[in-house]
Parts: sequence; C-alpha cells; structure tokens
Amino acid sequence: MSDDATTTDTPVISDCAQTLQELDVFLDGELSDHQHAAIRHHLAGCMDCLGAFDFHAELKIVVAQKCNNDEMPPELLGKIERCFGTDFDGDGQIG
Amino acid sequence: MADQATFADEAMQYAPQLYSGAVRMTRNRSDAEDLVQETYLKGYRSYHTFTEGTNLRAWLFRIMTNTYINSYRAKQRRPDETELGEFEDLYLYKNLGALQDASVGRSAEESLMELLPDDEVKQALEDLPDNFRLPVILADVEGFSYKEIAEMLDIPIGTVMSRLHRGRKAMQKALYDFALERGLVTAQPAAAADGTFGQDNGR
Repeated sequence: MSDDATTTDTPVISDCAQTLQELDVFLDGELSDHQHAAIRHHLAGCMDCLGAFDFHAELKIVVAQKCNNDEMPPELLGKIERCFGTDFDGDGQIG
Repeated sequence: MADQATFADEAMQYAPQLYSGAVRMTRNRSDAEDLVQETYLKGYRSYHTFTEGTNLRAWLFRIMTNTYINSYRAKQRRPDETELGEFEDLYLYKNLGALQDASVGRSAEESLMELLPDDEVKQALEDLPDNFRLPVILADVEGFSYKEIAEMLDIPIGTVMSRLHRGRKAMQKALYDFALERGLVTAQPAAAADGTFGQDNGR
C-alpha cells in the first residue's frame, strides 16, 4: 500500500474505545483489509490497546491448545471403520 | 459426486479433531465417542451430497453439530437459550494483566499457558450454555470462520458475532474466578468499568 492510499483510503481510528470494539473481529481475521489496516495503524501508536490485543491474541492460542488435546480412544477408529459396510437396520443400506 | 468408496480414506484423518470437539460439545467422553461414530456414519451415507473440492472438515463438523443439537442436546436437558450475565469487556486482561507484568522475561503466551491449567480452560468453556458454547468451540477451538459457523448453526453472522463476544467474556470471567479460588490473584476492582482504559473517549 502506498502512502497515498494510506492517507486517502485508510480510515484513521484515533479512538481507543472504537479500536477495542473491533478487537474480537480483528483477532478472528474477519475485518476488511481497510479496517484491519486502520486498527494496525492505531496499535502502532497506542501501547494500551496493543497490550490488550496481545493479551487476547495469546489467550486465543491458549484456549485453542488446551481445549483441543483430548486423546481419542484408539479403538474408536476401528469401530467407525467397521460401520462402513454394515447394514445395521436391514434396510438394504449401509448404516 | 463424491465416491463413497473413498470416504474412509478422505475423512478418517479428521477423527481426532472431531473427537476433541465432540468432548467439548457433549462434556462427556462416552457421548463424544458415540457422537463421532454417528457423524461418520451419517457422513458415509450422505457422502454423495458432498461437493468434491470443498472443505470436508467443515462438512463433517456441520454434520456433527447438527447431530449434537438434534439428539444430544435434547438428551442432556440443559436450558436452551440461557442468557449470560453481563460482564465488562477486557475483564481478564485488566485483572490478570498486573500478574503478567510481574512475570518478567516471559512472553504473555508462556505465562498464560502456565497460569491457566488445561482443566480450568476446558471447564470454563464447557460451563457456557449451548447457544454460546457452540460458537466458541467452532471459532476458538476449531478455527472456523463466522460464515461457516453461521451455516453450521443456521443463525445470522451478526448473531454468531454477538454470541462469540458474550461467550468469550463469560469464559474469561470464569477463568478469573478459578484464579481467585486458587489464590493466584486477590480480588480487586478492575481499572475501568466501561471497557476503556479510563480516559475520556467522548461517549
């Protein structure tokens, strides 16, 4: 993005409350490129908001890792695969 | 049209992820096994409706989410549209931030990883009512987009966003309460109650 584009196209957000309102959507990667750039621009100059964004970015990683580590019972795969090819209810169809 | 003969080859790789997601949904390992098995059976039966080249993992999660909502949720007899209390924004950040600052030389991620035990994070998520828990599982644990989640849950994208926001806040409140119980932090009023850092934002 050129400087021109930055000054003419990027909405400037100088307000912390407005920036924090976009925290979730920013971290979820669902903002438009324009909005994303505007938030990054604010964060570059605001340590308070940067701290909050950093914290929540790390929290997101922690939640994803800690809630996704259940060990699958090893026999489950076999059980599932045995289902394929079995007509349980006798309707002439698998399953 | 997707060929049923290749279903196992294509789909079985997602079983560990589906299982973890199923445990968070059902809150129970044995129900989770049944849910994953049922998901694969339904997937196998309807694989001819899967459009090759689209996201098979999302397709399987959609089947699993629907199966959970239609059979397991009814069985668990939990209230459906439970409302959450209102918690302030940045709750955990404001209350744990000081503690983190004290852990010099560690990244935020390392200290949060150590501060928050696996069991407490899982509990905080599983304690959310279904209408908030499912979006949080699908977004924060499984990494699906708002659009994918809206399709899986058959709700508007705006509803996905507001439920995510409120579900996450409630989860953070629970994590903070666990930290209080462990004596990790002592109760103190948060810096600002309006979701800002205390400066005048011209509200």
